Amino acid sequence: MSGGGARRYTGGLVNLDKGRISREIFTGQAIYDDELERIFARSWLFVGHESHVPEPGDYMLGRMGEESVIFNRDRHGRLHVFLNNCRHRGMRVCRYDSGNSRKFACPFHAWVFSDEGELIGVPKLESGYHNELDRSQWGLIEACVASYHGYVFACWDEETPAFEDYLGDLRFYFDDYCELPDGTHGDWEAFGGVFKWKVPCNWKFGAENFGGDYYHNPSHASVDAVVLSPAGTRGRHTYDTVSKTRAVHKLNILTKEGHNARGELFKDDYAYVPTYQEMAVVEDYFRDCYAKRQAKLGEKARWYGHGGTIFPNVSYSNGVQSMGTWHPSGPHETEIWRIFLAPKSAPDEVKNVLRHYVIRYQGPSGLTEQDDMENWSSAHQGARGTIAKRHDFHYGMGMGHERKGWPVSWLGGEIYATEDVSEQNQRAYYGRWARDMDRPPFQRKPLQAAE
Amino acid sequence: MDATPESAFLAQVILRHRVEQFYIAEADLLDTRRFREWLALLDADIRYWMPVASNRETGKWDGEYTREGADLNWFDEGRFELEQRVEQIMTGLHWAEEPVSRTSHMIANLRVVEADDGRIDTHCRFFIYRNRNETETDFFVGKRHDRLRPDGGGFKIAAREIFLDQSVLQAKNLTLFF
Ligand code: FES
Ligand SMILES: [Fe+2]
Repeated sequence: MSGGGARRYTGGLVNLDKGRISREIFTGQAIYDDELERIFARSWLFVGHESHVPEPGDYMLGRMGEESVIFNRDRHGRLHVFLNNCRHRGMRVCRYDSGNSRKFACPFHAWVFSDEGELIGVPKLESGYHNELDRSQWGLIEACVASYHGYVFACWDEETPAFEDYLGDLRFYFDDYCELPDGTHGDWEAFGGVFKWKVPCNWKFGAENFGGDYYHNPSHASVDAVVLSPAGTRGRHTYDTVSKTRAVHKLNILTKEGHNARGELFKDDYAYVPTYQEMAVVEDYFRDCYAKRQAKLGEKARWYGHGGTIFPNVSYSNGVQSMGTWHPSGPHETEIWRIFLAPKSAPDEVKNVLRHYVIRYQGPSGLTEQDDMENWSSAHQGARGTIAKRHDFHYGMGMGHERKGWPVSWLGGEIYATEDVSEQNQRAYYGRWARDMDRPPFQRKPLQAAE
Repeated sequence: MDATPESAFLAQVILRHRVEQFYIAEADLLDTRRFREWLALLDADIRYWMPVASNRETGKWDGEYTREGADLNWFDEGRFELEQRVEQIMTGLHWAEEPVSRTSHMIANLRVVEADDGRIDTHCRFFIYRNRNETETDFFVGKRHDRLRPDGGGFKIAAREIFLDQSVLQAKNLTLFF
């Protein structure tokens, strides 16, 4: 539909000079098709955590865009991400959500692929193919893989910058997310199981909500009324174990790459507050972590991240330590996948408190996230009407008030920050989205004579 | 107790009937939004658990459902948590249930699998229809394993295990009780 001609997105459907975005970007089928091609086929996408596949042969299914992928660890311990798609006629070669296998055998005509993706078995190779099939050319389609503190991302496009460069100035904030409660970079361990569920909204609603929408807190009034906290006593977050008797800077961080982070920068008083008195092991753990974190990070311990969005479709939450992936399933539906993790070295009591807390906070049964689902699906409906679509959405909150590097210089990279509520993060996100969408579409190379 | 085969059979029929009447009354409390009255049917130390299902290889079904107390579960709760869910709905601010959904809970294939003086273990299938706002419709179908305790003339629910027949949840949220 766009054919790489005049820009339709930057300054068009996404007009950040005016703080306006067309509702069509959430509902248009042709725009959605372009997204799969220009964003999902070219971005680093989250597929799972290394602890999901700890042993050689372990695999789990992931998704990249609308397509199924196999995330596995081969017999040599190397990680791979393969398109779960037989080279012969496209059937899924792996039909189980997770397991351990040295090979992936296609049920249709029984082509067999190794855990390194090679085509190792073809029935009737002699009588059918007359030994003329070059098996080395027909292995599973493999993505580039990057493991960052155990979080595994994959990308189909070799021209996309390496993952760390792709992460860019979000690195400080994502590193902070990956830190254990004691401020070190030890191992995290994913709990068994993946929450997967379908929400009738465009995939971008979740991404922008987690990237910067502090403004929507009123929608969680019912959670605050009944008090949901890890200890069952105060606050709604694990990081509420730190006193807030003096003001904190509640910050929105945007990076030039369009990734977002949110968090709190404490001023001078952020002493530990005993929160788990009824659970001695848990109390000792968090108190100890607090002290170690202070000692290790010094002034930087003042930063408590809340979460953010790595462009395009993965949102991380500090404290509840989860990764939510917004898988596109047509313009009008998202399949959300969510995993939760705990510090591997933590006592079982701590893991259980965290596990119990996160499943009551997030996910479709989570007291908090239930309302988000309602918001996004209703907002999506509100983007579909013929008359409604004539009127852009307003993304102008805080325009012109972004402050570079403020309020402390060590908050990583070339960042901009605003305090309390602002839509700068959403603007940065859609700015990136529009730039990516303005790229020329993929051109299939003509068939080579050799093929 | 008289232990002739016939009287034993009759006792089973009566018990099953009583359990069934209890479940019908319970469903009615939920479907008429008398959530606080529903809470009164729960034992103080009720265990309410719904694991996440995944697709597994034939013969390797051990891991089909996530483990209670260790993995991610849709629900892994006790009475306090269920009370909190009810109170959240009753705030009138819980937008996922405001306005509150219309539901019909249906119970079928009921069996009393084991019973003694202190407990009654039952298996059944459930079928729950949910409609909210205008056209939003969900079906929740699965298996339920309960442990009941005799309580006066009725029962208290001591444990409920809920096996939803979905690996990817086909609904945007789980704001209802099973
Ligand atoms: S589709 Fe896989 S072998 Fe034919
Ligand atoms: Fe929210």
